[in-house]
Amino acid sequence: MRAKLAVALALTIALATACNPESDNGDQSEAEGEGAGGQESIVVGLTVSHTGNLTAESTNQFNGLTLWAEQVNDDGGISVGNDNVTVELVEYDDESTDTRVQQLYTRLITEDEADFLISPYSSGLTEAAATVAEQNETVMLAVGAASDSIFQQGFTHVFQIYTPASRYLTGSVDLLQDRFPDDTRIAIVHEEDTFSTDVAEATRAYAEDQGLEVVLFEGYPTDTTDFGPVISRVMAANPQALLGGGHFQDGTTLVRQVAAQGLPIDLLSILVAPSVPEFAQLGDAAVGVVGPSQWEPQVAYSEEAADDADLEWFGPASEDVVSAYEERFGETPGYHAMGGYVSGLLLQHAIETAGSLSPDTVIETLEGLDAMSVWGGMKFSNEEGDHGRQIGHEMVQIQWQMVGGQLERQIVWPTEAQTTEYQALTQ
Amino acid sequence: MPSLDQLSDSVADGVLLGIIYAVAAMGLTLIFGVMRVVNLAHGALITAGMFATFVFSVDLGLPVYVAAALAAIGGFVLGVVIYWVAVHRLLGKPELTTLLATFAISIMLVGIGTAIFSTTPRNIEVAIGPLDAGPVRLQGTKIVAAAISLGLIAALYYFMRRNTPGKKIQAVADNRSAAELVGIPSARMLAQAFGIGTMLAAAAGALIATLFPFTVLRGSVYELKSFVIVVLGGLGNVTGALVGGLILGLIEGIVPLFWAATWVPVVEFGVFVLVLLVRPQGILARAH
Amino acid sequence: MRPLLRSLRRPPLWLLVLVILLVGSWPYVTASALNRETFFLILMFVTLASSLNILLGYTGYVNFGNVVFFGLGGYIGFYLIREGWHLVPASLVAATAVTLFALAIGGPVLRLRGAYFALVTIGVNEALRALVTNLDFLGASTGMSLNFSVYDAYGGARNAQWFSYGYVLVVTLLVVVLSYLVKNAKLGLGLQSIREDEDAAEVLGIHTSRAKLVAFALSAFFPAVVGTVFFFKNTNIEPASAFQLRTSIEAIVMVMLGGAGTVWGPIGGAAAYERLRSSLITAPGVLRELQLFLSGVILLLIVLFIPEGVIGYVRRKFSRTRAVLE
Repeated sequence: MRAKLAVALALTIALATACNPESDNGDQSEAEGEGAGGQESIVVGLTVSHTGNLTAESTNQFNGLTLWAEQVNDDGGISVGNDNVTVELVEYDDESTDTRVQQLYTRLITEDEADFLISPYSSGLTEAAATVAEQNETVMLAVGAASDSIFQQGFTHVFQIYTPASRYLTGSVDLLQDRFPDDTRIAIVHEEDTFSTDVAEATRAYAEDQGLEVVLFEGYPTDTTDFGPVISRVMAANPQALLGGGHFQDGTTLVRQVAAQGLPIDLLSILVAPSVPEFAQLGDAAVGVVGPSQWEPQVAYSEEAADDADLEWFGPASEDVVSAYEERFGETPGYHAMGGYVSGLLLQHAIETAGSLSPDTVIETLEGLDAMSVWGGMKFSNEEGDHGRQIGHEMVQIQWQMVGGQLERQIVWPTEAQTTEYQALTQ
Repeated sequence: MPSLDQLSDSVADGVLLGIIYAVAAMGLTLIFGVMRVVNLAHGALITAGMFATFVFSVDLGLPVYVAAALAAIGGFVLGVVIYWVAVHRLLGKPELTTLLATFAISIMLVGIGTAIFSTTPRNIEVAIGPLDAGPVRLQGTKIVAAAISLGLIAALYYFMRRNTPGKKIQAVADNRSAAELVGIPSARMLAQAFGIGTMLAAAAGALIATLFPFTVLRGSVYELKSFVIVVLGGLGNVTGALVGGLILGLIEGIVPLFWAATWVPVVEFGVFVLVLLVRPQGILARAH
Repeated sequence: MRPLLRSLRRPPLWLLVLVILLVGSWPYVTASALNRETFFLILMFVTLASSLNILLGYTGYVNFGNVVFFGLGGYIGFYLIREGWHLVPASLVAATAVTLFALAIGGPVLRLRGAYFALVTIGVNEALRALVTNLDFLGASTGMSLNFSVYDAYGGARNAQWFSYGYVLVVTLLVVVLSYLVKNAKLGLGLQSIREDEDAAEVLGIHTSRAKLVAFALSAFFPAVVGTVFFFKNTNIEPASAFQLRTSIEAIVMVMLGGAGTVWGPIGGAAAYERLRSSLITAPGVLRELQLFLSGVILLLIVLFIPEGVIGYVRRKFSRTRAVLE
């Protein structure tokens, strides 16, 4: 009998220890009223994909956020009313999977006492995290999440930094109609995942609205390595433009094989891949390829442009951020990194304008925001079915061009932001 | 209805890729045939072959196919090490243990790979233009890769059938204790067989790296293809792997001509499951 | 009294139930959301591992596609919840459907053995994932989302989370009791004899195909329930997150770590594994970069040196525990 009791006791202790109950400080207390309420620093919590298939993009995004945090702390912190608070970043590895996202964000809120949250990278993970933010009434800035559907789920505490998927390729359609007004036939071929499918369907709807005929609309599995069959079907449909793609892997393969086959089209616009520096590794095949980008280093957003558009400007000038990033991380920032930077910048601006750390006041400020920064325009929808979706930011369309023997990314659309004219494909 | 041109394009493409995939699958099936181990580190070794080729050619400047050869040799050495560390002790134990042991190796390799290379995509540019053969236009690099694959397959046959080490391995595979009785160091032979299997995986990875861009996580896609091929051809059946590879290549090439490309994996794995249920010894096997 | 009912009165079973209740009540005691989240994951994995153990542990058949029950159940349950169903009936209907699915494919699939069985289960998972990606009414590749207002029916999001936790705790108790009963019933003895030598068992009159099929179907029910709850909490389901091969393998590792074929094994293995992964994730510095590598090393060491798992090892070395530690 005693032996059995002993075993029972041992088991309970062992299991309890294995589960290792966390001590925490209960639920987050609201910071009411003006000023920092006695706080000296704020905690900004997030998860980063240090392992798994989102590692590269997520790390870049986190680097951008880190740069902002370092800069703001060097400057003495965020001013909240009459006080200043420094920023502390707390992050965990979400392993590019949604399994632990909710646990980690709950930990950030209850154990690490995060005052504000940044989303993980990618829409799928952000959806899981947003639920935790919403139920704990903590403000979350969603960066790296382009899905429209997140903002149809009824969240009131989540705000989107990226242009949503529905407006990724609409600029390419506009570009086609502007440069080749007689073209009427486009083909759309997309990776079969949430993001690319959302973009593709919105692009099809937009194109048809604009009077174009979508002669082929098809998805391909994420792991497709050989686009021969797909390209055959494209050629059979005889389009004048090919839009779509998915992520870097399939995008570059598609482009490579399109170049090898010599598709006679006027425009080739592919998601994600062309805005990644490694795209240059394709050499000649990359020339002429267009892609949408949330942001490019040459983009001409500035305080003057904001004045012209009658918008408020916040944050440093584009050149300053780019050079600071280059100095800190040894490479030119892409839009993932800049998105991360801007999420911090926006948070700072919202807090400083609100003069308070209270979530409700900050939300009010964000809802009323209509401004411009290094990132471009920024404005959030206040509609109930849409709350927090980004409606002020536009994608730029970039094109790879051979400039003096060097492959370079140039901005070719919209005309207000372009650095050079679109070059027709030579095949 | 696809045109004859499209059909011949797809068939040619499918055959070329099928041969290259077959090399990887042969590595997997060889290991299973010799020691009844399903090597779940197969995908990681394919990735290792890809990255070794990248490092040797892009970072160190060696010619691409030399880099590929070095990657293959590296694959052999790595395979022998894996055998001694993870597999040797577990032969004869229930299959689950070797499955998990090789899986552990797989996540170790991917873990190191991610830490070193992150998941940034890599690409190797090989300057070989396309070849127009009648109605079909073939990627030059694919032809070279397929040709090298055929060479590897021929070399494998010669090694296993004509060469003494190959015959020793066969002997150990057939009856380990009997082989020991005639003085064959069975453990060493098994290690070599494992090494050859992983070498083929690494070589396939190296060749694939000349065709498509890749990341540290890419190997699992090719590992699944290898499973399908191996099952089609019959586990342990090296000739079957070649046939299975061609069938897979043709499926991937032809199905998208008729249906949306998203149905290709459904067909692939549907066939996979069906073959296992109806004819587990593979399409080629004679009824035992 | 019939043997099965008699075993309900035995101490080992009450020990099981008591310990799980005690440990599982900790989040309530501390009223901590973080504990609730942590324990939710642990209990979810305990359920997956224990269910897997009914087939793997007792018969030795390795179901590499065990996540299929989790994912398919998640999809069916999620679909019903979107149609307005309450979590509990949705999850039960999903679980019934998945169990029927298991009964349907189990017959042919279980005729294969060893590596062949492992491979076909991987194939079933991949085929099903590819299929779901093509089905528009299930959201195709985009998956499905729940509006946040769905939690209003439970009294708000926080209540819904606590409710989900309580539900999973009940499910865990049920699966553990089931695991114990199966092991000690005639069915369990039959299953274990299959693990020892299937052909001999057949010769001795055990209806092996029926026994395996029952075990397979039983192992499908509770993962489906838990799948529905998990995706209900996440408000989002996609083919990629529902059919991850990695989750299958983690479940297998947990069973191995704790000790296959025991009832305590999957429980301890799941808890320990989950804690290990969590602490590796929240560890500082370079450990984080290498946490995947370290997980692999630990797994390899376990497989090489204590393949019977911790519980198996304890039972072997300390024979007096055998009466209590099932």
